[in-house]
Amino acid sequence: MSDDLIIVVLMIFMALTGVAIARLHNLFAVVMLTGIFSLLGAAAYVVLDAVDVAFTEAAVGAGVSTVLMLGTLALTNSEEKPAPPRNMLAALAVVSITGAVLIYGTLDMPHFGDPNAPIHHHVVPRYLNDSGTEIGVPNVVTSVLASYRGYDTLGETFVVFTAAVGVLAILGRVRRPKRRDERAQTTEQTSDEGNS
Amino acid sequence: MSLDFPGLFNYWLIVVLMMIGFYIVIAHGNLVKKIVGLNVFQVSVFLLYITMGKVEGGTAPILADGIETYSNPLPHVLILTAIVVGVATTALGLALVVRIKETYTTIEEDEIDAMENQG
Amino acid sequence: MNQLMKEKIVLRVISKFLIPYILLFALYVQWHGDFGPGGGFQAGVIFAAGFILYALIFGVNTVREIIPAHATRALLAIGVLTYALVGVASILMGGKFLDYNVLAHDPTHGQHIGILLVEVGVGITVASAMITIFCTFAGRAEDKEGNPET
Repeated sequence: MSDDLIIVVLMIFMALTGVAIARLHNLFAVVMLTGIFSLLGAAAYVVLDAVDVAFTEAAVGAGVSTVLMLGTLALTNSEEKPAPPRNMLAALAVVSITGAVLIYGTLDMPHFGDPNAPIHHHVVPRYLNDSGTEIGVPNVVTSVLASYRGYDTLGETFVVFTAAVGVLAILGRVRRPKRRDERAQTTEQTSDEGNS
Repeated sequence: MSLDFPGLFNYWLIVVLMMIGFYIVIAHGNLVKKIVGLNVFQVSVFLLYITMGKVEGGTAPILADGIETYSNPLPHVLILTAIVVGVATTALGLALVVRIKETYTTIEEDEIDAMENQG
Repeated sequence: MNQLMKEKIVLRVISKFLIPYILLFALYVQWHGDFGPGGGFQAGVIFAAGFILYALIFGVNTVREIIPAHATRALLAIGVLTYALVGVASILMGGKFLDYNVLAHDPTHGQHIGILLVEVGVGITVASAMITIFCTFAGRAEDKEGNPET
């Protein structure tokens, strides 16, 4: 019961952080709040028994993602235009309608934590019961990720590879190491400018 | 202190988080802020799936002696993949924002639109 | 005038103290992914975080001397190839693609070997990808400023 309270409190903090992200104009503060948002999400995952996911979210969301956004801010300006969004009312209307439709959609779902939910019945009992004997690895998430669903993980590794190649293609610059005569030329030029 | 939340309260909170992220994406013109909104939306979608996988009275899905119920490991695997794909798309999106800034000298969407319509 | 980050004593000392432990923790997470939370992705990201910390304080050029661009490019491909070659090795030993049961004399041992090799491939690719992406961003910032930060 106290677990549920912790989860709800964490989600309320996340909502407050999200509202602050929407309202702030200083992009540096926005990026920092995104890191905090990811960290609160990782804490919520731990309480929801998803320890592998919490590990990854903390490392990736609160770590690498924040650093990359700060790198982008260093390459662009760091202030959003201070005018309020022009189409705020239209955006709020769209968001409210979408939210209402989604909440209407959740009315059919099984209650939170229900062990008889359909999601727990199809192939998961087989994974949980047979993973110890077939694979012999205690961490069921690793055994599903690397063995039962290994083909999907191969695709995911390809996606990471493609992302790195894509960033290299968009932003990479071929650097030639300066040859010795080029370096001598530039030092000559600077010393000439210094003298004259 | 034991509050009895209705069974679907968690899902409604998650929908609120999703809508905050959605609002950030569609209501702001700054490209970096749109990518931040996408990240907020992603984290709340992941939270939805992990919440669906939780079993009451279960523990983390690491086999150990003496534990009867485990939480569902299948959403964990799915979301693990999704997180990594999410950071890949964020990195690519940020690289594109850097190039847009170098080409148009601005990252506000309406200024870019104006430049495109002029030239 | 702003000091360069590497001239600030606290940052320099603490980072030199912590970075070996960060890399060691990444290796721990990689190999113990079977017994607790962890695995290839988390280990790759933590490993890259050690290098990114070093690059933030001492400059991208210093990190590029340790891991040159051609090395990260090669490692990116080597990780994915390791994963795929484990699958091909399964075919060559008589099973299906990515069927780890045939990799050793005993199916459980085969699964263990297969999972270990596959996670190593994933960890290598993720670490090199994160280092590559960060150094590309930081290298661009350096070119924009005009003066290299040494």
